[in-house]
Amino acid sequence: MAARRAKLVAQGIAIGLVALLFLLLVWALVTEEGGDLANKAARGELPEAPEFALERLDEEGELGLASLRGKAVVVNFWASWCLPCKEEAPYFEQVWRDRRAQGVVFVGLDSRDFRGEARDFVQDYGLTFPIVYDGPGDISATYGVTGYPETFVIDREGRVVDAIVGAVDSEEDKARLRDAIDRALEA
Amino acid sequence: MLRALAAAVCALACGAGAAAAAEPPRAADLEAELVCPVCETTLDQSNAPIAERMKLYIRQRIAAGDTEDEIKDALVADFGPGVLARPPGGGFGLLAWLLPLAALAVGAIVVAVLVRAWSRGRTPAASEPPLDPELERRVDEELARFER
Repeated sequence: MAARRAKLVAQGIAIGLVALLFLLLVWALVTEEGGDLANKAARGELPEAPEFALERLDEEGELGLASLRGKAVVVNFWASWCLPCKEEAPYFEQVWRDRRAQGVVFVGLDSRDFRGEARDFVQDYGLTFPIVYDGPGDISATYGVTGYPETFVIDREGRVVDAIVGAVDSEEDKARLRDAIDRALEA
Repeated sequence: MLRALAAAVCALACGAGAAAAAEPPRAADLEAELVCPVCETTLDQSNAPIAERMKLYIRQRIAAGDTEDEIKDALVADFGPGVLARPPGGGFGLLAWLLPLAALAVGAIVVAVLVRAWSRGRTPAASEPPLDPELERRVDEELARFER
């Protein structure tokens, strides 16, 4: 009788553990933004941009995405060791200068990088838009960034209008960025 | 005499300890204990651009005379605690060490309890009430008939 009860208890524990693991898996899948964010944006679903508040590299203090609500925000994920990031940096600086008066903000989000090397990069390319630092890459993971660079265009309401994977270096990509910024401003 | 001998031994031991502490860390050891933040393997297993930069940084810091802890602390300051292949032995990181041990201990206790319960479940057979003599006689007769 005792053996039977012990066996039942063991089976119950085993089934409970499997159920718990299954629930954890479901929870992870349901809550994961991941690359889904870029896919949703591509489908025109306007997903909410995940919040962040990160240390600034270009000056003292922090910058939070929430503080930019009401503006069109271009968040560019980059790293100093990434070659395509070097190719697109001058273009971003140019667009930022051209359009900042319209209510467009560029945020360079340096990820998985040395602070010092990121500062050198900013200086070398003469970047004047805000640069924030995500050394461990936590925000990159939240946005589902799988490689660098990746650029998210966020509208005035904090929704992702478009996500461009890879460098914005071709005429096609540049036109896509301009169009996304226009749509972000219209919201 | 004994005191002098003890003092000499202590001096030798302390000297050896100081020499060991002064020995610079080895780049290969550090590369095996630190993780590339992009590919999430240890640095010695990775040739990602950031891993190469981290290896270079480690060599520069060793050349500058930094200790193993100083180098690790500097990398944690930039890349977070996830850069350490082994979780730290204190604070929250201690959980990573203790939880597997706790799980093993719980598992061992569960197995011990189950084995005990099963072994108990089998022994009571001996203490079951004996068969009724009449019934036993009839069983013997039936068996004898069956064997014929």
